[in-house]
Amino acid sequence: MDSVYVYCEIEGTTVKDVSLELLTKGRKLANTLGVKLECVIAGAGLDGVEKQVLPFGVDKVHIFDAPGLFPYTSNPHTSILVNLFKEEDPQICLMGATVIGRDLGPRVSSALFSGLTADCTELEIGDFDMTCGLDADKKPIVKHFENKLYQIRPAFGGNIVATIVNPEHRPQMATVREGVMKKEVLDPNYKGEVVRHDVAKYVPAAEYVVKVLDRHVEQAKHNLKGAPIVVAGGYGVGSKENFDMLFELAKELHAEVGASRAAVDAGFVDHDRQIGQTGVTVRPKVYIACGISGQIQHIAGMQDSGIIISINSDPNAPINSIADYVINGTVEEVLPKMIKYYKQNTK
Amino acid sequence: MALKIVVLAKQVPDTRNVGPDAMTPEGTVNRAALPAVFNPEDLNALEQALRLKDQFPGSTISVVTMGLPKSAEVIRESLFRGADFGYVVTDRCLGGADTLATSYTLSQAIRKIGDYDIILGGRQAIDGDTAQVGPQIAEKLGLTQVTYAEEIISLDEKARKVVIKRHIDGGVETVEAPLPLVVTVNGSAAPCRPRNAKRVMKYKNATVPAERPAEKADEIAARNAAKPYLNINQWGAADIDADLNQVGKAGSPTNVKAVKNIVFKAKESRVMTGSDADVEGLIVELLNDKIIG
Repeated sequence: MDSVYVYCEIEGTTVKDVSLELLTKGRKLANTLGVKLECVIAGAGLDGVEKQVLPFGVDKVHIFDAPGLFPYTSNPHTSILVNLFKEEDPQICLMGATVIGRDLGPRVSSALFSGLTADCTELEIGDFDMTCGLDADKKPIVKHFENKLYQIRPAFGGNIVATIVNPEHRPQMATVREGVMKKEVLDPNYKGEVVRHDVAKYVPAAEYVVKVLDRHVEQAKHNLKGAPIVVAGGYGVGSKENFDMLFELAKELHAEVGASRAAVDAGFVDHDRQIGQTGVTVRPKVYIACGISGQIQHIAGMQDSGIIISINSDPNAPINSIADYVINGTVEEVLPKMIKYYKQNTK
Repeated sequence: MALKIVVLAKQVPDTRNVGPDAMTPEGTVNRAALPAVFNPEDLNALEQALRLKDQFPGSTISVVTMGLPKSAEVIRESLFRGADFGYVVTDRCLGGADTLATSYTLSQAIRKIGDYDIILGGRQAIDGDTAQVGPQIAEKLGLTQVTYAEEIISLDEKARKVVIKRHIDGGVETVEAPLPLVVTVNGSAAPCRPRNAKRVMKYKNATVPAERPAEKADEIAARNAAKPYLNINQWGAADIDADLNQVGKAGSPTNVKAVKNIVFKAKESRVMTGSDADVEGLIVELLNDKIIG
């Protein structure tokens, strides 16, 4: 009853970082609300998996361990959450805004008739006054709700930030991208209850309808999330060839290359380098934005960077307002000089 | 065997090209300043549907959209490219819908169409980027789903199974799923074929009733009597037997508490030019401060 739940995603038998980040956030929300933090882990061969999550302050770990639950398929995992939530009636459920979370979350919300907000960049607890029509004197009727989950996300092309609340339905569901929340171990010896459920009770055999014939997961080719310096390019870089300059500067600085969505959509770089609300969130020591105008979705994914350097031919680019250093110039003009003078001054 | 294919399409404001006039001074979205376009990933879904139709002659493609009457434009675009039938679900009471209410409305429309083997849609729409409506429809229709699809590799009509390549985090997988099925297609899938000139000639005057000017209604009705394919189906909430508590604002659990324009916490920036002296000065300063190097 009333708990905060996190659906923990696994690869093999390892709980993913995005889920551990959400456990840290979930612990804080649960503390604010004065309730328990619980989590669900579903997969195969999960002996001892609770050790990975308990240190994040989980009060109760629900384990569903059966062949057929890994690799993930939609229906069995939906059945687990829907049936468990019918019993437990949690007030909040958080998931990664990953392929799995974005496949599973909407199914669960549809089955339970609950609200779900995708790709949140902040989560808070607060009160909500909802106007529901007018009374006889034409005054608005206001319903007051306390301690609801504010689901905050950029919306509409990143021009606005919307705070979404679903006050009347449970659980309040939200997905969050990897890297948006910070992962912090609460107590390595945190004591929580571990429940190993009878999977057959929750998942009818008929739900195993999709067969995974073949599956390739590669280790990430780069470590954008953890890089101390990021050189990121936007549409203003101009071409795939021009991105080579970013890679060259990144090589010199031992940095990683990132990109805005516009640069990814234009085909300048691979999708996995996208920084922002619908990509990776980064917090490097130095962020060098090359030809990035700075739509809110992008800023959402890099605003916590230490030093921000913006190279832009448009002196009024929005990103310049959050930059520590603004270089008015084109990427073609400035980057070769940066490479040259870095080399000259480090020899 | 011929397949009954349903494609879900949405007309969306083109948020990819947002200009400074996209917001009104009051901080609301200035929809008039944004061109309306066919949601890009729905076009990828249409292409997968057209490939199935090529492969299984006699198959039919029904395109369903929910929106204002002018969203019939996406139906016409689909007809130009090879779709057979179009349905525009439009009604005042459907406004203000979140993804859950939208999925209910579309699932009712699909039920009304009735016979379907596969339902295809884009992974997500660019005005919301939620990717929720496809899976929510699948759940409501009691079907399974394959999201993030890259390609329908094969479809076995006798065994009623389909093999699909899809994206997962950090990789790809190939899955086999039973028909009927909901599939949401990625933007990286094959792009949609262009319009067919003959079909453009045939369907360019196809409309829903709500698009027709009142003074020309009789004239159009007379013309369409001889050319029934120029009538795009227009359905209201009653036509799809919708429960009014599950559509529009009433059927939406999510509420927007606040919307605000972004105000960046402006820093005091140091502004410089791209001259050699300025760039070298910055590099040396960052090196001296041990920020880089």
